[in-house]
Amino acid sequence: MQNRSLAFIKLAQPILTPSNTLIKILKRNLGSTGLGLLVVLITQIILFSLLSPYFLTANNFANIGRAVTIVGIASVGATIVMIAGGFDLSVGSIMAASGMLAAFVVNQGQSTLVGLVAALSLGSLIGILNGFVIAYFRINPLIATLATLSIVRGVAYIISDGGAIVISEKTFLNIGIDDYFGIPLTVWICVSLFLSMGFLMPRTRLGRYVYAIGSNSRAARLAGIRVSRWILLFYVISGATAALAGFITVSRTGTGEPSANIGAELDIITAVILGGTVLTGGRGKLIGTFLALAVLAILSNGLILVGVPSYWQLPVKGCVLMGAIIWGEIRRTSRDTL
Amino acid sequence: MSENSLLRTANLSKNFGSVSVLKSINLDIAPNESLGLIGDNGAGKSTLVKILAGVYLPTGGEIFLNGSPVRFKSPIDARAAGIEIIYQDLALCNDLDAASNIFLGRESMKRIGIGRWLDRKQMMDEARVALAELGADIEPDQLVGSMSGGQRQLVSVARALQFSPRLLLMDEPTAALSSTKITLLLDLVKNLKKKNVAVIFISHRFTDLLSVCDRIIAMRDGCISAEIKPSESKTSEIMERLQFALSGEEK
Repeated sequence: MQNRSLAFIKLAQPILTPSNTLIKILKRNLGSTGLGLLVVLITQIILFSLLSPYFLTANNFANIGRAVTIVGIASVGATIVMIAGGFDLSVGSIMAASGMLAAFVVNQGQSTLVGLVAALSLGSLIGILNGFVIAYFRINPLIATLATLSIVRGVAYIISDGGAIVISEKTFLNIGIDDYFGIPLTVWICVSLFLSMGFLMPRTRLGRYVYAIGSNSRAARLAGIRVSRWILLFYVISGATAALAGFITVSRTGTGEPSANIGAELDIITAVILGGTVLTGGRGKLIGTFLALAVLAILSNGLILVGVPSYWQLPVKGCVLMGAIIWGEIRRTSRDTL
Repeated sequence: MSENSLLRTANLSKNFGSVSVLKSINLDIAPNESLGLIGDNGAGKSTLVKILAGVYLPTGGEIFLNGSPVRFKSPIDARAAGIEIIYQDLALCNDLDAASNIFLGRESMKRIGIGRWLDRKQMMDEARVALAELGADIEPDQLVGSMSGGQRQLVSVARALQFSPRLLLMDEPTAALSSTKITLLLDLVKNLKKKNVAVIFISHRFTDLLSVCDRIIAMRDGCISAEIKPSESKTSEIMERLQFALSGEEK
């Protein structure tokens, strides 16, 4: 009996080993949260494909992609800020304000590129404000960015008097519509942003200090890292990616409005947390955020296609976030007691 | 041994607000000397080493390194001058691996195309050698958060020694260690002497200080209250003198 099972193991070895190494490689690159999300993602795709004939079509996936990229692009900066132990609630407001500025600049007869630069500059500027207050006055990031959330959106309302700026510039509008190789341009932009930041994180001081400062900012400071300057930079990155997301919002909707992207920060934070970034900082991965975005986007798309009333979306998202936080907490405490 | 001093302080003092924590400290340490600092909580030991490490600026007095005055505005300055410190809480990043902690703030970089990139392989290799030299059974890519107290201690020792310091400050390095680990650490301190590294060693444990230190300085209320050379007197005598110096009772 024993011999037979031994023989079986020997026989099965070549079949089992490659899949084991595949799991190992995936786990090393995605982290265990990422691996879990990948499994959820695949399950979702299979499930919704079975439940709806419209789900697994190129057109539907292009729609999912378009819908998620705006939040996705802003999540890149938000992930960096949150791994570094910070928090940025002002991203939604930055998106609206920089989108409006881009629309305004382009309507003044400037090129779309100038509009983009203007949007990015405004986003970075608000990032500097956030970072400065947080790093140099030691204000809690939640409070500081809650303040800029109100200030920035308020100013956007005041300047526009609540009105929308409609754009007609073709280049600008095309950014939100164009496809390349069947994939929306905005999806290309979002994916390349994730890939380039994902490439930089393990290979640069920036990436290493994001984790070091999030893990133990005092130790980082004692090791001679100029912590305040780096924190400032992280909020600038967050502001800039939010601004890019705002720019793309305008290119999709054709209008810059002060009420755009209200509540976007909640979707962004949900994705970052679900993606495995720990609220206290020090741990998290861009790929985790990316997979979480995909899971959330497919979830809301699939629920609609299956015929679940749209009011159900919000509680489902809330439950997913709650579940992710509880799961993260269980893992954290179990690891710390080890 | 102490004719030509590596580091000397002259009338060094520190106030926190109206509280005077250090009062006119005159201290000198020779290039391969190991100096013990002992004293009650609040005696000013930690403040003194933190000034030498560039964490605090002194309120008054001067620091001389090899005879010339120095002013450390930050830990970076002190490190550049060859002074390393191992903090009582080790000041490690739990979410980074051993190699990243050892090189934190001083990463090896390489230039490829545009920009400078972390030389991860170089750092891993050097960290592996450094940890092996300390006899630590630690892989350089192991997360510090998953390590035992002794292993974490060794990572912080490896970090302090990585850039060939001239003076190593150790703030209660034995406080979190088991007795076997303490023996290893004390041996390490003895070895540093051979490498011409001076050590200032803070501890409350008489026995630790007696076994490694050339000289022991007792502190009380921000002042140096006694200076003892273990080689020159009997242990019982030393203990007696230290007791007096620490409790403040006059002989």
